[in-house]
Amino acid sequence: MDLTVLLVKGLIILVIFGITLLIATYSTYAERKVAAFLQDRLGPNRAGPFGLLQPIADAGKMFFKEDFIPAQASKWLFILGPCLAMLTALMSSAVIPFGDSIRLAWDGTNYDIPMQAIEINIGVLYIFGVVSLGVYGIMVGGWASNNKFSLLGAIRAASQNISYEIALGLSLIAILMMTGSLSLRAIVNEQATFFEWNVFTQPLGFIIFLTCAFAECNRTPFDLPECETELVGGYHTEYSSMKLGFYLFAEYINMFVSSAFISSLYFGGYHYPFMNAVHDGLTGSLGEIAGHNIATAIGTVVFFAKIFFFIFFFMWVRWTIPRFRYDQLMNLGWKSLIPLSILNVVVTGAGLLYDIKYTTWLIVVVMVVLALTSNARAPKSQAAPQRA
Amino acid sequence: MLTDFGIILLFILAAFAFIGIVLFVARLLRPNRPNEEKNSTYESGEEPVGNANIQFNIRYYVVALVFVLFDVELVFLFPWATVFGQVRLINETNGSWGWFALTEAFLFVGILGLGLAYVWAKGYLDWVKPQPKIPRVDTNVPADLYQRVNDKYSHSKP
Repeated sequence: MDLTVLLVKGLIILVIFGITLLIATYSTYAERKVAAFLQDRLGPNRAGPFGLLQPIADAGKMFFKEDFIPAQASKWLFILGPCLAMLTALMSSAVIPFGDSIRLAWDGTNYDIPMQAIEINIGVLYIFGVVSLGVYGIMVGGWASNNKFSLLGAIRAASQNISYEIALGLSLIAILMMTGSLSLRAIVNEQATFFEWNVFTQPLGFIIFLTCAFAECNRTPFDLPECETELVGGYHTEYSSMKLGFYLFAEYINMFVSSAFISSLYFGGYHYPFMNAVHDGLTGSLGEIAGHNIATAIGTVVFFAKIFFFIFFFMWVRWTIPRFRYDQLMNLGWKSLIPLSILNVVVTGAGLLYDIKYTTWLIVVVMVVLALTSNARAPKSQAAPQRA
Repeated sequence: MLTDFGIILLFILAAFAFIGIVLFVARLLRPNRPNEEKNSTYESGEEPVGNANIQFNIRYYVVALVFVLFDVELVFLFPWATVFGQVRLINETNGSWGWFALTEAFLFVGILGLGLAYVWAKGYLDWVKPQPKIPRVDTNVPADLYQRVNDKYSHSKP
């Protein structure tokens, strides 16, 4: 039996790897299609039906392009940079619970195998650690290029990632206090009923987390490390061929992982309303094992629907909000998000002692009232050139 | 039998293998014809001047230093957050555990907030806001000419 469990585990690891890579690949296609849709264009439509083979054509291009290593660069660090970025991106999907469990009958006993590569009791800490390693890939790559644009991009990236990591961690702590566990599966199971989804109990934490996730993925509006109007290509200016591919791919994997993370932390993961009724109905009509497995499959589909929505949201925001200036970025991180998330932790803690879960709505209401009553408005634009 | 972290190790090894295989295959497939021009540092088409190890803004160091302090405090909050709301501990102490833990965390978070306030007041979090340079043109055409033209003709439409 041990061997069977191990084989199933190995299979699950391979499947999760495959899914991660597949979704990351097709995110590039989806990104271009969404961009085209939002800008009233057609988008890629030549390679295969609806351009569906475009990602494969892109991958082929990455393989066949010549690879330059600049003479000034430090060669091994130059190779190490994209590998580190890719490695940390791939590692982070290990602890995401994709679904409830698959039930197998063996010798008259039922075995439940969770739909997750590894169920560890420190899942949140693991992801938090791996995500903070991600900055090394960018920093090493940008420094090793020995190019001024790359160096500036890498420093910006490092500074931005570490700034937003604090607010990210603090908004996580509010959730951990409500659950009392660092296991992602425990956090998901805590949100079994619809109105106990953390997005309803932790609205402020959710907004902070979402903002920080955008910053950690270096996505617009926080894509200053690679903003093309100032830094050409940022940290990957000197990269070409598969190494560039790794950087771009790592970004899409990060997007997928953070979408999965947001869905499981705040949107109940594989839970959906009336889930228990569906589960009972299926086990009643199809038998214990088949019914349970089908219910798990429905939960997994729901989870992926949530993930796809957030990936779409990432792309939607990209074409909606313009890029920040660097001082705005730092002010938002240090002077707004960190104080707010500290306040969030304190208010959540105080509320939990009286067994009230919805106390953070208080901060949200106060903030909305302040925003509505304040006289501060955006400064008037000075578009027309002044004449002497 | 593998432990949980053994499986994580498997995961990391699989990731290593993937990266290695992809890089190796790409190396086999792609052409390799370097020359001096191709391998020069890219600087928007100009000849690169000097080395890239330039001086950069000192604030990046300050941000990194402040980050280390905050991150360590954050790591200390992780175990606290998991035991904070434990029903067993609260019941064993007739509810005083919750208040004790909360007061402790208030002190801790208070120190964190104090540090942030200090850094803020000292101005280490202030980044230079670029001031827009509005071009001034020396000309006899009055500044509101276009506005007047617009006003004049926008009303005369049929």
